[in-house]
Amino acid sequence: MEVSGSQDITQELAREIFRVVETGVKEEGERLIELQIGPTHPGSGHMRILAWVDGDVIVRCDPDIGFVHRTIEKLSENRAYIKTIPLVERPSLLDTTPMTIGYVNALEKLMGIDVPPRAKYLRTILAEITRIASHLYGIGILAIFLGHSTGFMWAFGDREVMIELATMLTGARITYAYVIPGGVRRDMPQNFPDAVEKGLKYIEKRLRDWEKIFLNNPVVERRLRDVGILKPNIARILGVTGPNVRASGIDYDVRMVEPYEAYDEIDFMIPVAEEGDGYARGLIRFKEIEQSINIIRQAIRKIPSGEIISPQISRLFNPLMKKIYAEQRRVKLPSLMATLKPPKGEAMARVEAGRGEALFHIVSDGSTNPYRFRFITPSFRNVILFKYLIPGHRIADLPAIYGSLDYFPPEADR
Amino acid sequence: MSQVVAKDPDLNNLLSIFNEELKDLATKIYIDKTERVIYIEVTREKIMDLAKKLLHLGFDHVKSLSAVDYPQEKKIELMVHIGSYLRVVRKYTVVIKSALERDNPRVSSLTSIWPSAEFHERETWEMFGVYFEGHPDLRRLLLPEELEGRWPMRKDFRIITRKAGEAETPWK
Repeated sequence: MEVSGSQDITQELAREIFRVVETGVKEEGERLIELQIGPTHPGSGHMRILAWVDGDVIVRCDPDIGFVHRTIEKLSENRAYIKTIPLVERPSLLDTTPMTIGYVNALEKLMGIDVPPRAKYLRTILAEITRIASHLYGIGILAIFLGHSTGFMWAFGDREVMIELATMLTGARITYAYVIPGGVRRDMPQNFPDAVEKGLKYIEKRLRDWEKIFLNNPVVERRLRDVGILKPNIARILGVTGPNVRASGIDYDVRMVEPYEAYDEIDFMIPVAEEGDGYARGLIRFKEIEQSINIIRQAIRKIPSGEIISPQISRLFNPLMKKIYAEQRRVKLPSLMATLKPPKGEAMARVEAGRGEALFHIVSDGSTNPYRFRFITPSFRNVILFKYLIPGHRIADLPAIYGSLDYFPPEADR
Repeated sequence: MSQVVAKDPDLNNLLSIFNEELKDLATKIYIDKTERVIYIEVTREKIMDLAKKLLHLGFDHVKSLSAVDYPQEKKIELMVHIGSYLRVVRKYTVVIKSALERDNPRVSSLTSIWPSAEFHERETWEMFGVYFEGHPDLRRLLLPEELEGRWPMRKDFRIITRKAGEAETPWK
């Protein structure tokens, strides 16, 4: 069986990528072919896309997700509250900090812990560093989906700069678990502001190069312009979130809508595009990197001195912990935190992660484990687009749309 | 129904609209400490009417649809987070809560009002066994085939752990 009529994709490549498993489904006199794209990562990520094609036009599309489901909601019900902090950052390995901020915020609301301002700024700085890293990753994946390998290499190379900065601050490359109830794990090192400035200058310089090689590249424009147009009213009905909805003209960003951490003290704007096509979605990510640079600069300038952990937590320190905190500005969690028992009740928090709004809802019954923890990631809310946005497009446009959505399967599956 | 008073004047306005519009539908309306979340409790039969009203008031998408299992009280509580893209109300999240019978949890599908609920309802079906009447495509979403018809997010689902090197046994 062959995938016929495709002009942008060669027959050999099509055979390699798509396993044609079923033929001859008759519907309204048309001959539909069922294509199984994935799940062995042929550019689909750890998911399978079932597409029914007529010629090379996709008529029906069904995303089959769950290949990297980690049962996070069930696992969290069987472990102590603080042990869920490293758990929530597993699904979206590229922007882990917004996820931990969201979970910890919900926990702080439940327990009534106030966070000192310096810790809020440190959280904001790290969240924006990871946002840049996440957007660069998304752009890199978009580039390789379009066959633009240079863009892929550049994005992953540039992302390394952000990871190095995060390593300076937290001591880990990807999974920081830096945000803890009441504050953050450690203070920023002395030379951190200089290193950040150096890194941000580099990214700014690279953004101009990116414009030349990627945004103004005629091939990229031809592949993305007017492809996968998401109209504002459709985006609203489908509950799409993140850069995808902002590329469709809706200025929805939790950092603006319901400011958390230090965002209400920082002056920044939310980039919005009107077109709603793949190109706009790519462009928004570049504009957001510029805004993140702006936010980090302001936060570094404005950061107040003071404690990095709430007195409600630090009064539980034993003498050794107090010594470590005074000398090295590192927080060791008091052993009481392992058997943390928040009062009965429930709390909800939402944050703007790199790919959109993440929602955290904790129901507590007063024991050491959450009774119910509801965790919704932006990719899970965007997966509906595969079903409703892709039909009507050609197979060759599918990678372009997929890449422009910055969909991340582990994040959706949780 | 006595009205809850918030410090935020916008929220007070919204609450008075809610109390006026939803007085026949909601059994209880209350807010959380941060004054950003509005909880509405409703019976299973009236959830569609409530959803229509909320859509009319500008709450246009579902952020999350899930459930909480309470085996002692023999109920599964449906928990729906509703939000809006409209500037006036977007800083608030509405949480609809509705108690369902644990033996046979059935509720009308909200997809006809909020299409964004589609994948959330599929997840709630496979995890809790809540049947959504009128859902266009109620199938498994995240779980493997062998867990079909077993509701892993319910509290009585036992987690089987195995030691290192031990062979994986099928779910019984």
